[in-house]
Amino acid sequence: MPLSQSNIRFEKVSKAYGTLRVVDDLDLTIDEGEFLSLLGPSGSGKTTILMMLAGFEAPSGGTISVGSQRIDPLPPHRRNMGVVFQNYALFPHMSVAANVAFPLEMRGTPRLEIDSKVARALDMVQLGAMKDRRPAQLSGGQQQRVALARALVFEPSVVLMDEPLGALDKQLREQMQLDIRALHKRLGLTIVFVTHDQSEALTMSDRIAVFNRGKIEQIGTPREIYDQPRSRFVAQFIGETNLVEGTLAEAGDAGATVKLEGGGTIRVQPSDLRPEAGRILVSVRPERIRLGPDAASENAYPATVTDAVYHGDHLRIQLDNGAFGFVAKADRKTAEFNPGDRVMVSFAPSDCWMLPA
Amino acid sequence: MSETSLKGRLGALALVAPLVLFLAIFFAWPLVSMLKESVSDPVGSHAFPLTAAVAGDWDRQSEPPEALKQAFVDDLRAIDDQQLLGDAVRRLNSAQNGFRTLMSRTIRAVEEQPEGPLDLVAVDRRWADVRFWRAVADSTNPYTDRYLLAALDYERDASGRISALPAETSANTAILLRTLGIGAVVTLACALIGLPYAMLVASVDGWKRQVLLGAVLLPLWTSLLVRTAAWFILLQEQGLINDTLMSLGLIGSPLPLIFNRLGVVIAMTHVLLPFMVLPIYSVLLSIPRNLMPAAASLGAPPWRAFLRVLLPLSLRGVVSGSLLVFMTAIGYYITPALIGGAQDQMISSVIAFYAIGSANWGMAGALGAILLVATLALYTVYGRLSADRAGGR
Repeated sequence: MPLSQSNIRFEKVSKAYGTLRVVDDLDLTIDEGEFLSLLGPSGSGKTTILMMLAGFEAPSGGTISVGSQRIDPLPPHRRNMGVVFQNYALFPHMSVAANVAFPLEMRGTPRLEIDSKVARALDMVQLGAMKDRRPAQLSGGQQQRVALARALVFEPSVVLMDEPLGALDKQLREQMQLDIRALHKRLGLTIVFVTHDQSEALTMSDRIAVFNRGKIEQIGTPREIYDQPRSRFVAQFIGETNLVEGTLAEAGDAGATVKLEGGGTIRVQPSDLRPEAGRILVSVRPERIRLGPDAASENAYPATVTDAVYHGDHLRIQLDNGAFGFVAKADRKTAEFNPGDRVMVSFAPSDCWMLPA
Repeated sequence: MSETSLKGRLGALALVAPLVLFLAIFFAWPLVSMLKESVSDPVGSHAFPLTAAVAGDWDRQSEPPEALKQAFVDDLRAIDDQQLLGDAVRRLNSAQNGFRTLMSRTIRAVEEQPEGPLDLVAVDRRWADVRFWRAVADSTNPYTDRYLLAALDYERDASGRISALPAETSANTAILLRTLGIGAVVTLACALIGLPYAMLVASVDGWKRQVLLGAVLLPLWTSLLVRTAAWFILLQEQGLINDTLMSLGLIGSPLPLIFNRLGVVIAMTHVLLPFMVLPIYSVLLSIPRNLMPAAASLGAPPWRAFLRVLLPLSLRGVVSGSLLVFMTAIGYYITPALIGGAQDQMISSVIAFYAIGSANWGMAGALGAILLVATLALYTVYGRLSADRAGGR
């Protein structure tokens, strides 16, 4: 990947509060124009990384640079990054227009130019009619759009977002996800987006960095993260999965065979994973599991339905074959499943992914 | 209305009744009676009821009619309450000098001739003077504005017009202005110290916040008298402050810190500081913590973020605090009395003088009423301002 002029680089960055290392020896490069999500449970260090990038926290060690310039010694007001905060952080004593004009005034932009830029920014988030209102008179979604306009109006090349959609209801959140994604494409922004919502990260990002205990567990495209998790943590944190433990019996270019704890084998897709002791985990996503008597595959097992729950768009079925339990998502119209039913469970080797135990 | 809801309403009334009674007896009633005292002048109408009945027929310029003179004589014959008569004479004398001797001569004449018409001018030449009759007629009006006028250094002259008292006879206006002036200076001092202090308290947490809050609350937990006495010790010529400054060689002779305006302002600022710090502190706590980082991220250096974001948002607390401090300050009595000099006494000490020293309830009530009006006017302005702000949201 060619290094562009203004990519963001974290080199050996750490942050400790007392003895607690919140961010541990982080190396991360964010490309220009990229939408990168920092995903992880609370306390995983993702927000601290954003705060260090914005300048509100100083790293305990390491350097942060944009292009060839080190930015970690710069105070926040000289970093020229737009920040969208979790609770919007709009100034309650100023009108919507004054809020959006604030960053331009701080930069000494002439009044006339400010007015036209503010009008354009508010039109961009469809709030032109609200410019004289106070933030308290707007709904949560509208406030969030004002915060977005305010962070974009001074045309920063980097925009940082700290769980900006967390306080919105589901429908509004999904609409805002699409809006932000569209703005990112249109304006060519670099966006660093902190979230603990994995579906948000999957739908919006170019790349996702999954954090756990101050370290990056895995970084990659949403597809890589979802389909090829590199650790048990990532596999379980992103979406739902079935993990089966076993030993690697045989591996080749056509695929590998895993011997299961409780007997039986699973054929899995080819992998270059060669664990020392042969211990391995196999991950199968619930929606890839096929159920029914007609199931014919290399990996087919008889199992008993222990529970079936109706979810509207799918059925969630708990299965047990004696050696291991499974969760499957089934089309709600295929068949009826009741506890106690004997069914055949199968999944294609290409849907089975190996990861270290 | 159904019976149950009526019962519920009565129950609710019964619950608030103690409060309403308490407020009525200990708040509304003294206030009303004080205000009434400042405009009431009942002595003349009690002592001279017949005169009062006919006084309205006289224009107060021409020769008083015979009916009025006869009514006055009859009133003097009818009066048997010596206390009331004495009060009436004092009242008349305060309006017109010479009444004391005139009345004793007249009363003697009335006693000698208990029946029929009496030629008062023959008793004393002064009864030919219309000013004395005007004083008699005026005294029969149960209401008067002379206390209120006197509280503002005004009086009614012979023709009934309002005119200013000579400067040397009364200083109420000057003292009232001084009171407002000291109140304003103390309020300003409290705001200048209180705002940064409240910001400091709000910016730290844990035990540091508790210690800082405790330091400002401590004065509230000690008696006003003790606090004032402590300042007495600190500020006097051989006090802690002067001794320290002199031993450091910063000053050659003691600074005059006590029995002057400076001492009063220092002591009152200290005593009233909690009333400034606490409202500002509570407003600061309600300001979202991420506003200052947001301002910084938008390109505002710290001082501009302070001026544009934190300061305007904390002004609401400064306004409430200033109002509290000012309204409390203009009623102060003990601190200026102990720490101030003669030229630093405030309106409350004048009120205390009239109420306790000379039992002139009318003047005490009038000065109190003027203080009350000043406070209410201020409160109205504040209410209007805060309503505007709320409406703008």
